[in-house]
Amino acid sequence: MRNEDVSVLAVENLSYRFANKRALDQVGFEINAGECTILLGPNGAGKSTLFSLITHLYDSPSGSVKINGFDVKKQSCQALAKLGVVFQQSTLDPDLSVLQNLHYHAALHGLSRSEAATRIEQELSRQEMFERRFEKVRQLNGGHRRRVEIARALLHKPSLLLLDEPTVGLDVPSRTAIVNYIHSLCEVEGIAVLWASHLIDEIHESDRLIVLHKGIVRAKGTVAEVNGLVGATTVSEAFQKLTEDKTGQEA
Amino acid sequence: MKAAHYLRAMQGIIARELWRFLRQRERFIAALVRPLVWLFIFAAGFRAALGIAIIPPYETYIMYEVYITPGLIGMIQLFNGMQSSLSMVYDREMGSMRTLLVSPLPRWFLLTSKLLAGTAVSILQVYTFLLIAWFYDVEAPLAGYLTLLPALILSGLMLGALGMLLSSVIKQLENFAGVMNFVIFPMFFMSTALYPLWKIEESSELLFNLAQYNPFSQAVEFARFALYQQFNGEACLYTAAALVIFLSLAILGYNPSKGMMKRKGGG
Repeated sequence: MRNEDVSVLAVENLSYRFANKRALDQVGFEINAGECTILLGPNGAGKSTLFSLITHLYDSPSGSVKINGFDVKKQSCQALAKLGVVFQQSTLDPDLSVLQNLHYHAALHGLSRSEAATRIEQELSRQEMFERRFEKVRQLNGGHRRRVEIARALLHKPSLLLLDEPTVGLDVPSRTAIVNYIHSLCEVEGIAVLWASHLIDEIHESDRLIVLHKGIVRAKGTVAEVNGLVGATTVSEAFQKLTEDKTGQEA
Repeated sequence: MKAAHYLRAMQGIIARELWRFLRQRERFIAALVRPLVWLFIFAAGFRAALGIAIIPPYETYIMYEVYITPGLIGMIQLFNGMQSSLSMVYDREMGSMRTLLVSPLPRWFLLTSKLLAGTAVSILQVYTFLLIAWFYDVEAPLAGYLTLLPALILSGLMLGALGMLLSSVIKQLENFAGVMNFVIFPMFFMSTALYPLWKIEESSELLFNLAQYNPFSQAVEFARFALYQQFNGEACLYTAAALVIFLSLAILGYNPSKGMMKRKGGG
C-alpha cells in the first residue's frame, strides 16, 4: 500500500547540544510514504545525533520528532512500533545464530512465535540468507551481516526505515545490492526511508536529499531542486558547495 | 500496548540471555570456579582458625564451609550482576544495546526484563554450585533449596540493579575495572559473607556498622535463613528497599533526556 500524502516522519525545529558543542540546530524536514530520502553530510555533520533523537536514544529539549503522527518523546512506544533501524555499527549478537537474533527482535516487537517464524523466513529469503539461518553471526562476512540486519529491521513491517551508513566497508556488489533493494522497498512497498550517507554514488535521481552540515540543514528537496539551489550540475558539486560554506547560514 | 507483547518481549530478553550464557561455556565455568575455590581451599584452610558459635538460623555448631556457603551464593550473584553490567557497557559501546532501547516498550520495562534475565542466569549458577557443594557434604535441608529460590530472585535482582546502575554511569569499558575494585571487593569483604557480624564487631566498630548496613550483607543473610527454611523479614525488607533504590536510579540513568548513551562518532 502506498500513500504519499502521509507524513511518516516529521522533524520540527530540532536542536541538540553536547556540553558546549552544538550538534544540531533547528533541524526540520518531513518524509512521506514511499520516499527515499538521503541524509547527506560529512563526518561530524550531526547525522548520527539526528538518528539518536529520532530513535529516542536521546531526548531533545527543543523541537519535536513525530513518526506516523506519534511524538517520539510523549508517545515513544507507538512511535517506535513502526520504525525499523539499521545502525552504522552492527548491532547483531555475534555469539547467537541468525535465527536467534531475529527471534529476539521479533519478541521485542511483540510478534508471536508463529508470526515471527513466517516473517523471518520471508525476510531472510528475500535477502537470500534463509539457508544460513542456523549459522552464528560471527561466521558471516560484513555484507551478509548487513543483509541480516536489513531483514531484522523489516521483520515487524515498519513504515519508516532508518539506515545509518549501512554500506560503509562493503564491497561494490554488496553495496549495489543493498542500494537497489532499499529503493525497491520504497517503490513497491511504500516504505519511507531515511538513509544517512556521504557516498554520492548511492543516490538515485528519484531520491530526495537533505544536506546537513555542522548541525544545520543546508538544503533539502529533490536532486534537481538541491542542484538548482546552488547552481550545480551534479549532486557531488552541490554537496561540495553546500558544505564548504562556513557561515552557518541555511541555504 | 498489549500484555502479550510485554510477555513475549520479556521471554525474548530472558531467552537471549540464557542462549548467550549457554554459548559462553567459559563464563559458566569461571562463575563456578570462583566460589568453589573459596569453598574447597579458603574455607578448608580457615576451618580451624575461624570457629563459629551457634547463631541463627543454625541450631548447632557448623563447619565453616557451611557458614560461608550463603556468602558464596551472594558472591556468585554479585559477580553475575557485575558481569551483566559489564556486558551492558560492552553492548552500549558495540551498539547492540540500541536494539533493546529502540524497541517499542517503556524503558523501565526493558531494563527490568534485562535484570530478570541476568537473575535467571545467576540462579542457574547458584544451583549448580549448591549441587557441587552437596557432594562436598555441604548440605541444607532439601526443602531449603526450594525456599531459597525467592531469596535468590530478590537478591539477584538487587545486585543486578546495582550493576545496571553502575553501567548507566560508566561511559567506557576501560573504567569498569576500577569500579570492580571499588565495588565488588569492599561489598564482599565488608559483609557477613565470610564472618558473622559479632566477629566483625569484636575487631572494629566501624567495620561492624558498615557490614551491618551493607545491602550485600542483608542479601546474604536473607539467603542464609531461606536455605534453612526460615524467613528473615528485616533482611528481606532491606534487600527489597535497596532493589527499589538501585533500579530507580538505573532507570533514571538510562533516561534518554540524560543523553547517557555513549556518543558514536562519525556523524
